[in-house]
Amino acid sequence: MSTQFTQVKHERAKIDGKGLILGRPAYTDDLAPKDALVVKLVRSTHAFAKIKKIDASKALELPGVECVLTHHDVPRVPITRAGQGHPEPSPKDKFLLDEYVRYPGDEVAVVAAVDEATARQAVELIKVEYEVLTPLLDMEAAETSDTVVHPEPEAYTMFPMGFEPKKNIAATYDMNIGDVDKVLSECDYTVERRYTTQAQAHAALEPHAAYCYYDLHSRVNIVSSTQNPFHTRRILGEVFEMPLRNIRVSKPRIGGGFGGKQQIHLELYAMLVTTKTGKSSKVVMSRKEVFESSFARHKMRLDIRLGSDKEGNLKAIDLQVLSDTGAYGEHALTVFTNCGSKSLPLYNKVEAVRFGGKIVYTNRTPAGAYRGYGAIQGNYALESAMSELAHKLGMDPAVLREKNMIAENETSDIFRIMGEGGEGVEMMIESCKLQYCLDRGRKMIDWNPKKLRSEVKDGKVRAKGMALAMQGSGIPLIDMGSATLELQDDGFFKLLIGATDIGTGSDTILAQIAAEELGVSSDDIVVYSSDTDRTPFDVGAYASSTTYVTGNAIIRAAQNMKKVLREAVAEKFGVDAEDIEFNGRELRIKDGSKSIGKMKDGTQSITLKEFSYDTLYHEGANMKTLAATGSFSGHVSPPPYMAGFCEIEVDLETGKVEVLDYVAVTDCGTPINPNLARIQVEGGLLQGIGMTLHEDVVLSSSGKMLSNNFMQYKIPSREDVGKLRVEFAESYDPTGPFGAKSVGEIGIDTPLAAISNALYNATGVRLTSLPLTPAKVLAAIESQK
Amino acid sequence: MENQLYELTVYVNDKAVRGKVRAEKTLLDFLREHNFTEVKKGCDNGDCGACTVIMDGLAALSCSTTALQAEGRRVYTVKSLGSWEKLHPLQEAFVKHEAVQCGFCSPGFLMTAKALLDNNPMPSRNEIRDAISGNLCRCTGYVKIVDAIEDAASAIEEVSREA
Repeated sequence: MSTQFTQVKHERAKIDGKGLILGRPAYTDDLAPKDALVVKLVRSTHAFAKIKKIDASKALELPGVECVLTHHDVPRVPITRAGQGHPEPSPKDKFLLDEYVRYPGDEVAVVAAVDEATARQAVELIKVEYEVLTPLLDMEAAETSDTVVHPEPEAYTMFPMGFEPKKNIAATYDMNIGDVDKVLSECDYTVERRYTTQAQAHAALEPHAAYCYYDLHSRVNIVSSTQNPFHTRRILGEVFEMPLRNIRVSKPRIGGGFGGKQQIHLELYAMLVTTKTGKSSKVVMSRKEVFESSFARHKMRLDIRLGSDKEGNLKAIDLQVLSDTGAYGEHALTVFTNCGSKSLPLYNKVEAVRFGGKIVYTNRTPAGAYRGYGAIQGNYALESAMSELAHKLGMDPAVLREKNMIAENETSDIFRIMGEGGEGVEMMIESCKLQYCLDRGRKMIDWNPKKLRSEVKDGKVRAKGMALAMQGSGIPLIDMGSATLELQDDGFFKLLIGATDIGTGSDTILAQIAAEELGVSSDDIVVYSSDTDRTPFDVGAYASSTTYVTGNAIIRAAQNMKKVLREAVAEKFGVDAEDIEFNGRELRIKDGSKSIGKMKDGTQSITLKEFSYDTLYHEGANMKTLAATGSFSGHVSPPPYMAGFCEIEVDLETGKVEVLDYVAVTDCGTPINPNLARIQVEGGLLQGIGMTLHEDVVLSSSGKMLSNNFMQYKIPSREDVGKLRVEFAESYDPTGPFGAKSVGEIGIDTPLAAISNALYNATGVRLTSLPLTPAKVLAAIESQK
Repeated sequence: MENQLYELTVYVNDKAVRGKVRAEKTLLDFLREHNFTEVKKGCDNGDCGACTVIMDGLAALSCSTTALQAEGRRVYTVKSLGSWEKLHPLQEAFVKHEAVQCGFCSPGFLMTAKALLDNNPMPSRNEIRDAISGNLCRCTGYVKIVDAIEDAASAIEEVSREA
């Protein structure tokens, strides 16, 4: 392992930071053509209904209205908007427009007009007659309900996943190692508990946006706030039955994603309008639409059973889950499998482990990918139950974990059995600094198992809690990223990557990786990313894949680039390529090699800058562009780890819980850019804290969303959190780029259980349903009296 | 909907911007339509702070202000702060502390911070926290943003002391 880095593991200002704080146009809506038609969607006001009639005559009479399109005007092709690999592991159950609407906010009709005001007015003038149907709002009732969310015969899955739409089942999954029931019956201590987690909104600050235009060659160009341009192109081609060569998808800067922009969204409707009218179009969601009509985290019911012997050796885990995918099945199965596969291996010494359950449809805003992706829900149940078990054992919860947690050079059968939606891969853990994370976290928070609770004045109590977590680094054998490097005159490099920077800083850290491998400064790497016409393929920004998958692809591209460079210089000077070395600045004959003195003009070296001009301008019939590509798809997905500790203050009079201090010691391998990695973790923690304490997608009894703005759906502000302290363990994963693993998701996982455990330590009451609102906390305290 | 148009002039970043608007047109839409796209629409409801500008010396939510309310007044956006060659100390500090993540909320934070420092040149950390409590960021943990504003206040103070 080499840790003598000059570019990675160093701070480097975010490549786009300066332009963004100067306010330069950068996001989709800033860049849309001024003459683009403004597209608005007529959306369902009912949770479940069949459209009887759409009367658009009044709207069409309005000057400036270009078109109104309904399900009668569009191709009927079942798709999934999931934006995942191919074949997609999500049911194909969505149509561009359909005669059924399946949640309040579902698309009914598409309006295009010359300006915003006219488009809005036209939406108001469209009369929709519905046959209102009884909605299914409770996932518990899904299987026995008379309501069938997907009665249409066309919906299908691309491989068997237990899809049974007549019973509202999107998918099922079961796995079993050993005899869980038998082992549990022999345990000295067991915990059995039902936990529930709520739907959470991504709430990226930039609302989803897309625009579309025909270029000179009549190709469809889509610019969109997407996390994955290549999947988007493929899905658009499928819906519109258009060869992919006729479509280009790119993205400018993106104002946050968190999984919410992994699913394709408005691209569908911008492309519909442009292909129908021949004119440019743009569509931007209102904040209300982002809440109601994009996606949310899967709501889950988790039944967990744990058992151990008297010494606290964990023997068995059983986790049975019901997941609510809402009206459409995007990520239904894969979020579900990750709920087990990215939590249960934390405790790999058990004799038996079982995981399974169902993902059902309801008439709610569809669930989709969201940072944490199942792991966060699984972790909440597992890490809450672990603390319950520790309490029964009379053991320090940190010590119980220490006794049972996974370590380097160990594995888990779960890695082999469970992948994302299918089988997994065998994996030996080559980097795991959980012991350090745990030790350091205990020190930072001043962990004393005998004093996890302390009274403060005015009816307030302080308490500490903790949890461990793991995630993954890309999807092995499925996620692929690639990169092309090209030498430019003046001696700098273009780096073309399909990877999608959604505000994370991936363009910056990927330039650092390229620079490190080439031996140049990252200032000499000009990054261009995420454009299906101009960059090589990449699955996109999801599954904690970019640093690991694309980073490894860049290392290969850079290694190939160095080879190409050495060969070109060797050819120029008539010597062996093996005798040339490149130090980032010049190409020279290696000391002691047989080529010394053999260069045609007697020199021993040439600068990269000189050579760049030679190869592009001066070499007569030998001139060439020097470029190299590298691709990577992993055999494994090394997990990053975290030990999260918190101190909370509970007001026993009001039930309000405040997080005073959150300590997160992280093993993400080598942090490529420590500052950017830290912000990824801090941001993840805050989203996790928000989910734990107050974020909740709330519906009325008829299914309408009540939490459709930032007043009703409160995300944490600076006022809502005390200290966030993030540290990194010295860690190096041999399969990662310069030892790096992922860091984008791991931060969100621990707060749910850590805060719940602290609340238990504070009050002696175990709340099992998130979020931990003051009302719930107070009721729990009262019930104890 | 009332279709009457009203003529108005708003002085944006010290330049007169003229237009004809309906009464309900927000200052946010007016600014974006006149290419001040640095003013961001995050919620259009006064909840997120992404559209914050400075009007007559105070931070104002341009989504909750009508264009007509800004008639004849001085409005400053983030583009009034600094240039590529010479960043404003706040911008300098945002870059240095990596307080910019996706960047969408940054113009609003910067204008809120500018209004704060104009009125209170050396705020405490708590005063900074209070001032930015109406600006939402979903990417960071706010830690770097507070660090940056604190650092910028010191930098501005130092420059003014030297001068």
